[in-house]
Amino acid sequence: MSELVGRHTITALVEDQPGVLNRISSMFRRRGYNISSLAVGQSESQGLSRMTFVVEGDSATVEMVAKNLHKLVEVIKVVDISDEAAVSRELALVRVEADVASRSEIMQIVEIFRAKIVDVSQGTLIVEVTGDEDKVDSLVDLLRTFGVREVMRTGTIAMSRGVSFEGESITSSLTRDVS
Amino acid sequence: MKMRGAQIVCESLLREGCNVVFGIPGGAILPLYQTLPEFPDLRHILVRHEQGAAHAADGYARVTGRPGVAFATSGPGATNLVTGIASAQMDSVPLVVVTGQVNSSAIGSDAFQETDITGITLPITKHNFLVLDAGDIARVIKEAFHIANTGRPGPVLVDIPRDVFLEEVQYMVPGEIELPGYSPTSVGHAGQIKRAAQLIKDSKKPVIVAGHGVIISRAYEELKELAEKAQIPVITTLLGISCFPEDHVLWTGWPGMHGMAYSSLAIDESDLLIALGMRFDDRITGNPKKFAPNSKKIHVDIDPSEIGKNVVADVPIVGDVRDILASLNEIVEHATHTEWLKRIDTLKDEHPSLRLPDTDKLLGRQVVRDISEITDGRATIVTGVGQHQMWAAQHYTFKNPCSLLTSGGSGTMGYEVPAAMGAQVANPNGLVWSIAGDGGFQMTLCELATIVENKLPVKFAILNNGFLGMVRQWQEIFFESSYVSTGYSGNPDFVRLAEAYGIKGIRVTDKTQVKSAVEEAISHDGPVLIDFIVEQEENVYPMIPSGMTVGDIIEEPSVGKVTA
Repeated sequence: MSELVGRHTITALVEDQPGVLNRISSMFRRRGYNISSLAVGQSESQGLSRMTFVVEGDSATVEMVAKNLHKLVEVIKVVDISDEAAVSRELALVRVEADVASRSEIMQIVEIFRAKIVDVSQGTLIVEVTGDEDKVDSLVDLLRTFGVREVMRTGTIAMSRGVSFEGESITSSLTRDVS
Repeated sequence: MKMRGAQIVCESLLREGCNVVFGIPGGAILPLYQTLPEFPDLRHILVRHEQGAAHAADGYARVTGRPGVAFATSGPGATNLVTGIASAQMDSVPLVVVTGQVNSSAIGSDAFQETDITGITLPITKHNFLVLDAGDIARVIKEAFHIANTGRPGPVLVDIPRDVFLEEVQYMVPGEIELPGYSPTSVGHAGQIKRAAQLIKDSKKPVIVAGHGVIISRAYEELKELAEKAQIPVITTLLGISCFPEDHVLWTGWPGMHGMAYSSLAIDESDLLIALGMRFDDRITGNPKKFAPNSKKIHVDIDPSEIGKNVVADVPIVGDVRDILASLNEIVEHATHTEWLKRIDTLKDEHPSLRLPDTDKLLGRQVVRDISEITDGRATIVTGVGQHQMWAAQHYTFKNPCSLLTSGGSGTMGYEVPAAMGAQVANPNGLVWSIAGDGGFQMTLCELATIVENKLPVKFAILNNGFLGMVRQWQEIFFESSYVSTGYSGNPDFVRLAEAYGIKGIRVTDKTQVKSAVEEAISHDGPVLIDFIVEQEENVYPMIPSGMTVGDIIEEPSVGKVTA
């Protein structure tokens, strides 16, 4: 049961009803689970949203998170994609201080990270970056040397690679063979 | 057909088989109440406090196996239900609670008697609904009953604004339930059941620990068949009590903080623990890391989130315990465990946890014993939480299934009065004894009026020690007998109190009077209250302090451990 605490990515397909986010966040709070990030948006089906959670904990904890998510009536499907080949992305906007002297250096860094400068004003730039969490972390760290005024991140969204539509729901594995 | 929202609520309740509702009216829910005369098949029982409505619905639900229904108005009416709803959630009891809400246009404006009851009850209900369109009521009520009473049961709250009760819409009988996110598993996985049968076959020292799930799924016969076929001793949890007859040769008590020492020791020594519809509550496991250290574990539960929550199972099986036992019984092999049963007999002899000390004093335990003897273990016993609860659970010999109603998980004082009322409504001709403490009884005694009004012949046994007894016991053991705020010096005269309500009252101060008083109460046609003035500082033994193990068990000094 005890193993290294790691980061797990869980996605959930939920009914797009008022109060669903409240139910889910209430469950996390009540059971004492840690969410590192949470992203919500519409899914491919009308009336259904897809959420991506990045959760910290050992695998037993993450399994309990998934089971308790699944227990909510409005949660239709829960998948832990941590162990699967998955694409995970986050978008961040970073307002960074930039004078005439530093601007070109910042632009070089932005280039290397395949990020974009989306706004320029007297003394600051807004950098838009997309990537996995590590990439965003690295860029923000590098930009700190110039002075970061504001950071806004969406939280991770993730999708498993390949043709199959998500993996199998975590809790359905319990009703099958688990030994 | 055009109907108003309130009429649709009543029609939908009747369609779900509900014919009794416990509640109190108020402004927001008044349109629903004013509709009740049009539905004479829907009996409304007017309680005196909303907590009583929720507990009464709980008692009713446990006895009937169908959801209990409660009504309350918005604001304080709804918040008064909260303790009862939370108790039902902890003990997996199906309730459907309908609350009135302020007009939909006023929601969010802090209107008079507005409270966010769906927000408040979010973590203590299985699910809840706020209905903003009368056209949704029929579907929502149907879904509420379905959710409340399938899978692991629990309370469902339906909040309906005043104007929605009044709104007239086209009524249509709802079609099939469509809840894509809700599909409880009932049939267990065949491969896992086979593995369980193999573990049972390989075991030399198996024990069954049967919980509330066995009662909820009414798996009494299946449990008995498994126990007898493979000769496995049966231990129950507190909420599992009465799922297996206590006069059966394989019955081995109940374990944990105040359970019998031999039950805890049998679990400790077992090589296989078959957990059926139970959740390894901390009152049973103490320190879960040291619980049943020598055993493999089969864990059957309908709620996947209970599997691996407190104790890791070797063979988890998700599903309905009755279905799973029926399949398991087909393949499990006949076995005998003579040596193991002999060992358990030795444990019982060495640890006579239920032996009473030799005394002339009136003990709470003696009262329970005498009620048990006179009723032949066949009454329905209702308790709150505390010493009286533990004594009732220990010393009553339960012979009928589903005959102990007790606030287990939540440990709610005050459950004992209204839940007994609900149990009596569910079973009008049954003998219902509410065994209460003087503390808990005073939390909900206002329901005596409801009991009288509805001619419910509930018998009350107050084990009156003038203390919040269990708390006092903790103070004695863990805080050097410093009795801070646990003495009740201002108790009323309970006999005169009963009489003030028009209930027969009897006082018993001597152990020789107990039986005649109990007999008198039973032969009296109507409710009776007996005020038993019991020994003030009697303790509940055995006791395993919180978070400890069976090795730390404290047994009654004057009875103690008998070493051979």
